[in-house]
Amino acid sequence: MRRAPLDLSLLPDGGVRWLDASGPHADIVISTRLRLARNVVGYAFTGRARDGERLRMLAQVKEALSQVPILDGSVLLRLDECGQLDRQLLHERHLVSKELAGLDAQHPLRTGAAVFLGEQVGVLVNEEDHLRLQAMRSGFDVPAAFSVASRMDQELGARVPFAYHKEFGFLTACPTNVGTGLRASVLIHLPGLVLTKEIGKVLAGLQQMGLTYRGLYGEGSEVVGNFFQLSNQTTLGRSEEELQDLLVRVVRHVIEREEEARRVLVRDAGYIIEDKLWRAYGTLRYARSLSFDEAMNFLSGVRLGVGLKLIPGLSVYTLNKLLIFAQSAHLSHAEGRTLTDSESNLARAKYVRQMLATEGSGVE
Amino acid sequence: MLCDHCKERDAVVHLTRIVDNAVTQLHLCEKCAAEKGVETTIALPQHPLGEILQAVQQQATPASVADAGVCAFCGATARDFRASGRLGCAHCYDAMETSLRELLRRLHGSSKHVGRRYEAPLPESLVEGDARAALTDRLRRAVESEQFELAAELRDKLRVLE
Repeated sequence: MRRAPLDLSLLPDGGVRWLDASGPHADIVISTRLRLARNVVGYAFTGRARDGERLRMLAQVKEALSQVPILDGSVLLRLDECGQLDRQLLHERHLVSKELAGLDAQHPLRTGAAVFLGEQVGVLVNEEDHLRLQAMRSGFDVPAAFSVASRMDQELGARVPFAYHKEFGFLTACPTNVGTGLRASVLIHLPGLVLTKEIGKVLAGLQQMGLTYRGLYGEGSEVVGNFFQLSNQTTLGRSEEELQDLLVRVVRHVIEREEEARRVLVRDAGYIIEDKLWRAYGTLRYARSLSFDEAMNFLSGVRLGVGLKLIPGLSVYTLNKLLIFAQSAHLSHAEGRTLTDSESNLARAKYVRQMLATEGSGVE
Repeated sequence: MLCDHCKERDAVVHLTRIVDNAVTQLHLCEKCAAEKGVETTIALPQHPLGEILQAVQQQATPASVADAGVCAFCGATARDFRASGRLGCAHCYDAMETSLRELLRRLHGSSKHVGRRYEAPLPESLVEGDARAALTDRLRRAVESEQFELAAELRDKLRVLE
């Protein structure tokens, strides 16, 4: 059966307002996201639940969410009724996890997998936990993301009974999320620390402080283009405020280290760096075929050039859009059919060239 | 293919025997194969969190272990957790409280929640259809995971409803 492709214009703000580079430190921190893991009383956790339980839980939550003001105007997408390309598209927009989208070999698509998408907020249903309440913000803005997620939590928790234990706190399918169920993370670009080979020390330090790092798409993903996701490792034994405070303090320190590394690069290897970044720009501007990893690496270079004010006339917002829209499912969606790898590489190069020509006309 | 012995579970062990030049084939499930003393290389995949739990349970002194073997709500066992690293439902935390407390201490450095306190809204009376569907799903799961005592209990509850 051929399904109609997903109409992304139906999503509030296309689900990507967090890309607009309006937030604090937006040239280094692309976005902040915060999620709270919650389960509903009366059902087995998603992984053990039968199809009927997952569907009844979804129906109960759907009814309750219609009375939650913060989710007014949100859209419900049933992932179990979406084709693979659409699910991949939502995953590339960082709106659903790989597990929920059924793109993870270990976790096939589940009946009842769904997401409610509002403006910069979302509720993932039938993920590893029944509910993942998430909030996204542009740049480095943990307090704003928390205040929205927390409001959702209180409004929904007053209408649906959450699984809660006096000693252990909010109960989750995996014991690594129990307690607050809070995971705050920032997507951060650290080319300076990678080029000066300081990154290993910084990441080791993070882990000692109780933070962890992942790649572009979170858990289990690889680091490409010098983009890292930093988040809290533990969820129990510290309050929501303490967990946020820890992340904020450490990320602030990482930003300072990155800025320092960039100053060192310009001071000690000015023309080498300048040449390298312009070569990255030149490749993106004129290449006829680009793999995803290649595009990410050159984009990282151009982003550094923009941050150092060596490449003028290009906005961080344009670079953010390239980060998302140059991915395979987005290119296929734009073409209206599934592209092969080599077709994707051609389409990617074409898209990047056009974007740089139209939105980066001030560069040359 | 069903197990030749119990005729209930899927056969995963295929045994070829030659006795006096007569070839016989036996197809067994993992459980019956183990009962017949057939050694298999099939081992339950172990999740990293499961390994920690096992270590916790082995270190516990018999007196301190007060954990029930099976979750009375969803029928999950410690063995299920060891394989998947995930709990079956909220009640599993009660069924495995003692070992989970130690596991949480190792994972988080604490087992005590100090964040937001929560009081669930008063339980609205469930619609009868919901209660029956919920019980039926729990019963099916109990049968599938061979928790027959739990299944009998749930069947009785269903009868009361009906």
